Amino acid sequence: MASATADPIGESSLPIRKRPKLVQWALIAVLGLVVAAGAFSVVNNENFGWPIVFEYFTSPRILSGLVRTLHLTALSMAIGIVLGVILALMHMSRNRFVQSIAWAYIWFFRGTPVFVQLLFWGSISALYPKLILGLPFGGPAWLEMSANDLITPYIAAVLGLGLNEAAYMAEIVRAGIKSVDRGQSEAATALGMPDGLTTRRVVLPQAMRVIIPPTGNQLIGMLKTSSLVAVLAYPELLYSAQLIYAVNYQTIPLLITASLWYLLITSVLSVGQYYLERHFGRSEARSSLEAR
Amino acid sequence: MREKTTEPLVRIRGVHKSFGSLEVLKGIDLDVDQGEVCVLLGRSGSGKSTLLRCINHLEGLNDGEIHVGGERIGYERRRDHLLPMTSRQAARQRQNIGMVFQRFNLFAHRTVLENVMEAPIYVAKRPRKEVKREALELLERVGLADKPAAYPAMLSGGQQQRVAIARALAMHPALMLFDEPTSALDPELVGEVLTVIQDLARSGMTMIVVTHEISFAREVADTAVFMDGGLVVEKGPPSEILSDPSDPRTRTFLSRVLKETA
Repeated sequence: MASATADPIGESSLPIRKRPKLVQWALIAVLGLVVAAGAFSVVNNENFGWPIVFEYFTSPRILSGLVRTLHLTALSMAIGIVLGVILALMHMSRNRFVQSIAWAYIWFFRGTPVFVQLLFWGSISALYPKLILGLPFGGPAWLEMSANDLITPYIAAVLGLGLNEAAYMAEIVRAGIKSVDRGQSEAATALGMPDGLTTRRVVLPQAMRVIIPPTGNQLIGMLKTSSLVAVLAYPELLYSAQLIYAVNYQTIPLLITASLWYLLITSVLSVGQYYLERHFGRSEARSSLEAR
Repeated sequence: MREKTTEPLVRIRGVHKSFGSLEVLKGIDLDVDQGEVCVLLGRSGSGKSTLLRCINHLEGLNDGEIHVGGERIGYERRRDHLLPMTSRQAARQRQNIGMVFQRFNLFAHRTVLENVMEAPIYVAKRPRKEVKREALELLERVGLADKPAAYPAMLSGGQQQRVAIARALAMHPALMLFDEPTSALDPELVGEVLTVIQDLARSGMTMIVVTHEISFAREVADTAVFMDGGLVVEKGPPSEILSDPSDPRTRTFLSRVLKETA
């Protein structure tokens, strides 16, 4: 079979190169052109009002709105996570009654739009003008408050976002708990651990690996969903922007200002999520290290 | 014959257990003395593992009773009936009974040392310093003194099972239950685990072992129990049961198992 074009083995050792990715580079070039053209038009279109965008980007009203948005997001998420864990454990309880309470909660809060729930909390005083702590069916009252005093826009916002989030978190936590091998809780039980300790020390820590990534998504979602609170006239980031453009009519620049802040914060959160996932995946990482 | 001075550590009477319409245990009677090594043999599906899981109340009973150390397991006596214990009461009883599983079930998120220390610290509430010293001794005893900081996923099956044994021993159990401790292991790793169990037997630990290792049963067990169809078919010293079984079902089982291992 010997010929002039034969490729004999072992005569000289040739270096191995990468095959050139011509198609990929061509696509990058085309996409680059499109992006550049788009950017050119965005920058040069005066209707975007870039000077106004940056003028307001660090204005005190936008910044205090941003702080309120972060505060609202953190608090609602905290309520959502704590209540979500409780609901998930209730949903998986052996007690049918406890189970159905969790089921009904999730059914209701997941089945209605969060926007509507926020409106309801905001107008609770129309349903119950007075909130009374006492015995039902007209018994003695120990504490009586006007609903409007107690449920301020802030409280309505936190309740609306937090209680809704709990329903979603419950499902995430439940999926996480289910992902833990049954042998783990069985081994803990066999060692004499009571159920609560087994859940706390053995099951939940291992469920974290499955719970963390979607919770990161929920947090990012919550940051943006919190803008719905504008409807309660609570001056978080979006409503702060709206209040400004209601006066100076610079609607689009101020919406861009708010959007840029949302984009910036979600980017930071994504980075945080990456490190958190790495941290909670560590026993897996160690095992793959060993496998090498 | 050994002289019986005290009453048996484990007493099982008329135990019935069903899963739905499937009756897995159909009336088991069995005594295990203090210090006795009892091996449960039988085909898969004969109810061995279920019986083992009833002894520490991982499974409840449909009928019958189990006593360990003179204490009724899993149920409280009322005047004319029994009530299931609360999960907290059952948990307290399990502290006295160690269990080793076929699939090890080490806590995957904790190191070897943490696995062994977990129950003595958080269940028995003993001081951490003392628990740690003893845990290291236990790891030494199962030949893993060099692996305290390893995570379970980094260990071989044989090493994991030895950690699981140390973890169970850390609670100072009066009784050890082994549920097919070598069935999930590669053949070359079976020996190291059996050696540890054998040492434990020599130290006088009362043990009930579900296994398919006939030679292990012959060497280590005081009593061999052969189960079939949810009943104890035959019981006696392994030399008799394993060499000269009287029941035809035992004979078929033994010839098949011995053929497989040969």
